[in-house]
Amino acid sequence: MAIKKFAVAAYDDEEVLFPAVRKVRNSGYKMHDVYTPFPVHGLDHAMGLKETDLHTAGFIFGLCGTSTALGFMSWIFTSDWPINFGGKPHFSLPAFIPITFELTVLFAAVGMVMTWCYLNQVMPGVKKHVFHPRQSDDLFVMAVELNDHVSEQEVIDFLKSTGAVETNVQVAEDSWWYGRWDKKEPYELA
Amino acid sequence: MHIKYESIVREPLVDGDKNYHQVTEDIISPIERKPGRMWYVGFFFSLCLLAYGVFCVTWEVYWGIGTWGINRTIGWGWDITNFVWWIGIGHAGTLISAILLLFRQGWRTGVNRAAEAMTIFAVMCAGQFPIFHMGRVWDGFFVLPYPNTRGPLWPNFNSALLWDVFAISTYFTVSLLFWYSGLIPDFATIRDRAKTKLRKLLYGVASFGWTGSAKNWQRQEALALVLAGLSTPLVLSVHTIVSFDFATSVIPGWHTTIFPPYFVAGAIFSGFAMVNTLLVLSRKILHLEDYITVGHLEAMNKVIVLTGSIVGCAYLTELFMSWYSANPNEAAAFKWRIAGPYWWSYWAMMTCNVVSPQFFWFKKLRRNIPFTFIMSIVVNIGMWFERFVIIVTSLYRDYLPSSWAYYSPTWTEIGFYLGTFGLFFTCYFLFAKYFPIVAVAEIKHILKTSGEGQKKRMAAIEEQSVEEFVHEQAHAH
Repeated sequence: MAIKKFAVAAYDDEEVLFPAVRKVRNSGYKMHDVYTPFPVHGLDHAMGLKETDLHTAGFIFGLCGTSTALGFMSWIFTSDWPINFGGKPHFSLPAFIPITFELTVLFAAVGMVMTWCYLNQVMPGVKKHVFHPRQSDDLFVMAVELNDHVSEQEVIDFLKSTGAVETNVQVAEDSWWYGRWDKKEPYELA
Repeated sequence: MHIKYESIVREPLVDGDKNYHQVTEDIISPIERKPGRMWYVGFFFSLCLLAYGVFCVTWEVYWGIGTWGINRTIGWGWDITNFVWWIGIGHAGTLISAILLLFRQGWRTGVNRAAEAMTIFAVMCAGQFPIFHMGRVWDGFFVLPYPNTRGPLWPNFNSALLWDVFAISTYFTVSLLFWYSGLIPDFATIRDRAKTKLRKLLYGVASFGWTGSAKNWQRQEALALVLAGLSTPLVLSVHTIVSFDFATSVIPGWHTTIFPPYFVAGAIFSGFAMVNTLLVLSRKILHLEDYITVGHLEAMNKVIVLTGSIVGCAYLTELFMSWYSANPNEAAAFKWRIAGPYWWSYWAMMTCNVVSPQFFWFKKLRRNIPFTFIMSIVVNIGMWFERFVIIVTSLYRDYLPSSWAYYSPTWTEIGFYLGTFGLFFTCYFLFAKYFPIVAVAEIKHILKTSGEGQKKRMAAIEEQSVEEFVHEQAHAH
């Protein structure tokens, strides 16, 4: 968590955003993030983001569900309390399949969503800096981190040249914190 | 950048030449306005139904299951009929959100949010019936496998009824997660444009602090895809397991291998009908005709005629098997279904489920909104009768003729059913007021391929010769 200075550029079309992302990456400025109102396909690749491993997490959670269900039912019916149901075998695998399947799905889904919340840092009560109120409406907003080595004006002029419809400089918290969305933060008022 | 192109032959999914901001405005502004008078009337009526349902259930819990019309012969009456009916309705939501996502059906974006909400509310309604059918409902937690002081004595994991407990609770949880993970970005949209402090606070909490960062979207899409992959077999398994409640027992009319596919088709059939009922009204009241178009309704009517015909085939197969199996009990069960004291329920089922959807072979009728609305109700009446026929007319004449009986519901049973309508519509009215009933982000995602405005611009490209097109696009990079 740190309060940093950002140059912010807003674009009104994906067609303009993609070349702009490429130019900013080539220029060597440090791109903080791009905020879009909907998932823009290919943007992650354009920004050089890695593929997510969320699927793998889901698979592992699913396996946990499978083994929990199978292990638990087998243990109960063969050793903890074997009951004779109409002379059928104690370890009746076909009859265990429905519950095993359900628990696999349950564990995979719940585990994945929790992992997703953790990785994305989203949770009730979490607050993050919103660079532009229209970034969830119709603007594609790019934040470039500023430091002592680059001049503010230079970055802003550069962003303007990439086709931004709006540019400004903002001081903002770069991570998340617990807060109320109806209240302004001290750094925003300063 | 490749050009976003979809043939103009395909009907647009969003009518009118809209930009992103207009989409937000059209879908979010009803949430920010005071609801109309219709909303208050409907909401109040639903609350009254819910209150009456609560009263009837309280009466039943206080005096016992004896207040219901079920008896020694017919142990499952209206309550299990209603349970299967509501659970079936829920299936359409998951089909739209999961299966159609895997099939890349663009039209799901307009209807998936409302359909998923319907799923969740329908499963909530369905769950009430087996719970209160237990009688001593305060001991309901006995169905859960928890370490207890009775041994521990575990539930029977080989029982289809216990599979149901797992299937339905998993189904509810996964549907809720799927639905909510899609809602988070839309809540963020409402939060960012909120004018009042209270709205900012509440939608701020509901949006989990979502900002729409590129990495978050990447994970969001991965999550949606995997959840769709998980929900697809899940939704098929849920109604399969519900059908096992019947098919694994040795009762003529129930003991049949056709039940799982037949139940799943029936579930989707009734669910799409309910989606149509809700959306025909919602699109009108909330002025969302541009997003939930006649094309959307037509697509759903096509699913209705397909699944309705599958259900019809299943009915005929059942009849054939009752003769071909040469089992006198099986033959008798079906003879009494058709011509016994409950003949009217069998023929109501046949008319509503097999005959009536065949009208949807005609394009004019598929695209006729009043007709769609009437049909959606007819289909759900038919599907209710299907479950009634399966349950009551298989039980009322058992192996011992001296215990043959007739069954009619009492006022508490009817009130319980009405009460679940109250619950369902109370939830739906709140949803329609406070939630974006069309997935805003998803509509924006398809807007530049399937919107009417984009299609108009594509007309010029479609006129071009191949050489011209290639020449122009080669330099577009």
